Amino acid sequence: MTVKTATGAAAPMPKSGAAAKKGFWAWLNKRMPVDEFLATQVTEYYAPKNFNFWYYFGSLALVVLVLQLVTGIFLTMFYKPGEATAFDSVQFIMREVDWGWLIRYLHSSGASFFFIVVYLHMFRAFLYGSYKPPRELLWLIGMLVYLALMAEAFMGYVLPWGNMSFWGAQVIVNLFGTIPGIGPDLVLWIRGDYGIADATLNRFFALHVAAVPLALLLLVVLHLVALHEVGSNNPDGIETKEKVGADGKPLDCVPFHPYYTVKDLVGVGVFLVLLAIVVFFVPTLGGLFLESPNFEPANPMSTPEHIAPVWYFTPYYAILRAVPDQRMGALLMLIAVMSFMFVPWLDRSPVKSMRYRGWMSRSALAIFVVSFIVLGYLGLQPAEGLYVVLARIFAVLYFAFFFLMPLYTWLDPVKPVPERLIYHAH
Amino acid sequence: MRTEALLAAVLLAVAACAPHRLPAEEEGGGKFGADWDSWRADTNVSDLASVQRGARNFTSYCLGCHSLKYERWSRLGADLKIPEQLLEKDLVPPGAKSTDYIMTRMPAADAETWFGKAPPDLSLMVRARGKDYIYQFLTTFYVDPTRQTGANNLRLPSTAMPDVLSELEGLKGAVFKTVARPGAGGSEQVFDHFEQLAPGRLSLAEYDGMVRDTVNFLDYVSEPTQLERRQLGVWVVLFLLVFTWFAWLVKREYWKDVH
Repeated sequence: MTVKTATGAAAPMPKSGAAAKKGFWAWLNKRMPVDEFLATQVTEYYAPKNFNFWYYFGSLALVVLVLQLVTGIFLTMFYKPGEATAFDSVQFIMREVDWGWLIRYLHSSGASFFFIVVYLHMFRAFLYGSYKPPRELLWLIGMLVYLALMAEAFMGYVLPWGNMSFWGAQVIVNLFGTIPGIGPDLVLWIRGDYGIADATLNRFFALHVAAVPLALLLLVVLHLVALHEVGSNNPDGIETKEKVGADGKPLDCVPFHPYYTVKDLVGVGVFLVLLAIVVFFVPTLGGLFLESPNFEPANPMSTPEHIAPVWYFTPYYAILRAVPDQRMGALLMLIAVMSFMFVPWLDRSPVKSMRYRGWMSRSALAIFVVSFIVLGYLGLQPAEGLYVVLARIFAVLYFAFFFLMPLYTWLDPVKPVPERLIYHAH
Repeated sequence: MRTEALLAAVLLAVAACAPHRLPAEEEGGGKFGADWDSWRADTNVSDLASVQRGARNFTSYCLGCHSLKYERWSRLGADLKIPEQLLEKDLVPPGAKSTDYIMTRMPAADAETWFGKAPPDLSLMVRARGKDYIYQFLTTFYVDPTRQTGANNLRLPSTAMPDVLSELEGLKGAVFKTVARPGAGGSEQVFDHFEQLAPGRLSLAEYDGMVRDTVNFLDYVSEPTQLERRQLGVWVVLFLLVFTWFAWLVKREYWKDVH
C-alpha cells in the first residue's frame, strides 16, 4: 500500500522503515507531515561530527526550559500572588505540600542553572564565531531569548515576596525612572501603584507565568528554525554544508539522531547530577542561588544592608554602580546588555573559530571573560572603596571588548583554515 | 581540543569557588571587636536528641513571646519522633490542638507596647540570619543599666529583647577597653571580655549546651525537610550517575562507526 498525494500520484516517503507505510501512521502522515518533519529536522538533519564540550549547552538550555515550565506549573497550583499571601504560600509549599520543597528548589536552582547554561552557550559562540554570517539572525534571536530570560528571572525573583525581592524590584524598576521625560510616569505605569505593592506583585505574576514564557517558547522555536536553516557551526568554523559526498550528504556531518541525541543524553545526565547536588545538598549555594534576606518577608521599612540582585545579573549591576550618575549608569548598563546584539557586525575577522585566530582576538576574549566574572563578583560586594575602582577598570575592559572589536579582529594575524573538519575518532 | 577542555575545567572551577555570602550582619555588629567569624554554633541538625532538647527549651523559654507560625505541633512531633501522648502532655500548651501552628499566647499589640516592637516569628530566623548569629546573640547578653530592659547585647546592640535567660546563665558584665584609633575620633571602646557578676542555675558549659540545642532546634524548624532532602539526595545522585554511565555506554557504541 502506498500513500497517495492529493493528485493521486505516489507520495515520496521518507526512508523511515516499513512502519511508516501502514495503518494509523499512514493515516496520520496523510494529514500531517510527521515523518517528513522528523526526517528533515532530526533523523536526516546533519550536524558536524566534531562537536566538543561546548556544544552540550544548547540542548541543556532546552532541558532547563522544560524543567522550569513543568516545575513552574506545579508551583502555581499552591502559590498565591498578593502582598498578604505570597510569602506564606511559599512557606506552605516548602513545608506542607507533598514534594513542594523539591519542586520549589528545582525551580529556584533551575533559574540559576538556566543562566549558567546560557552564559556557557554564548561563550561557545564567541569561541567559534557562531554569530558570524550566515548565523547573524540566529544570534539575534538568541539574544532576544536572553533578554526574555532576564525579564522572566527578574519577575520570578519578586514573586516569593522576600525582603530582597521587594528591594531588588525597587532598585530595578526605579532604573526606568532615569529615562528623560517619561521616566517617572513609566515607573508608575510599571508598578501600578506609588510603590512596589500588591498590584506590582500580581502583574509580575501574570507576566512571569503567561506572557514571558509564551514569548520565550516562540523565540526558542524561531531560534531552532533559524539554526536548522543555516546548520550548526563547529569548533573549526568551517561551513560543512558545502562539502558534500557523492550521495549528496555532507561529508563531515552525522545525522542528529541517533548520534547527537545519544551524545546529548550523556550531557543531560552530567547536568542532572550537578543540579541534583545543588537541589539536595546546597539549595541556597551559600546565599548565591537563594539569598538569606529573602527568608524575611518584604518590609518597606527595613532595607537589607546590601541590595544585590542574584548572581546572574551582577556583572551589569556592577557597571550600574560604577558610575556616580544614576542615569549614566543605567544607560551604560543598557549598552552593556545590548552590545552583544552588534557582535556579528563588529567582528571583522575573516575566520570564525578561535583555533585559527591570532593572539589579539584570543586575548580580547580572555580579558572579556575575566572582566565579566570579576564584575559579577563586584556586583555582589558593597559599592565602596577599592570595589568601585575595580568595577570601573573592568567596566572599561568590558566595553573595550566590543568597541575595539572591529580594530583588533581586523589587525589580528589569522592562521589558514583547513578545507575539512579536524576529527579524532573516539 | 586539549586547551578547550582545560578552559572548561577552569570555568567550572571558578563557578565552584564563587564567593559565598554570609547572612546579613546587623549594622555596627562588629564594632565591639568580637571576632564573630570564629564564634560558631557548631550544631548538627541530624542530632535528634539535641533537637528534641531544643524543642523543650523553646517551649519553656521562647514560646512565651515568639511563635513558629509555619510549623504545626503535630509536624514537630512526627519529625522529632516524640510520641503523640508525650507531645500533648509536655509540649502542646493547654487549649491548643496538636494540629495547630506553634503560636505564642502573647498578643502582638501588647508586645509592641511593652517592648517597642513585636518579638519576631522564629520559623525562618536561622535561614535569614544564620545559626551562628543566633548562637552569638543568645550568649552575649550583658548587664547595662542605661538600657530600659537593664540588658544589652554584643551581637545586636540596643536590642529590645530583655535578658530572659539570665535566670539560667546568671548575670554578666561586659568589660570594654579603650583603643586608640587615629583619624576616627581619637579612640574607640572595644569589647574585651565578659565577667560573671552573679551565677545562674546552670554552669557556663551547661548554658552553652542549652543555647546550642535551642539553635539546633531552630535550624530544624527553619527547614523541616532538610534531613529528608539530604537522605534522598544521596540516592538521586547515585541513580543519575548510573544513568549517565549507561548513557555514555550507549553513546560510545553509536559513535564507534564515526571516523
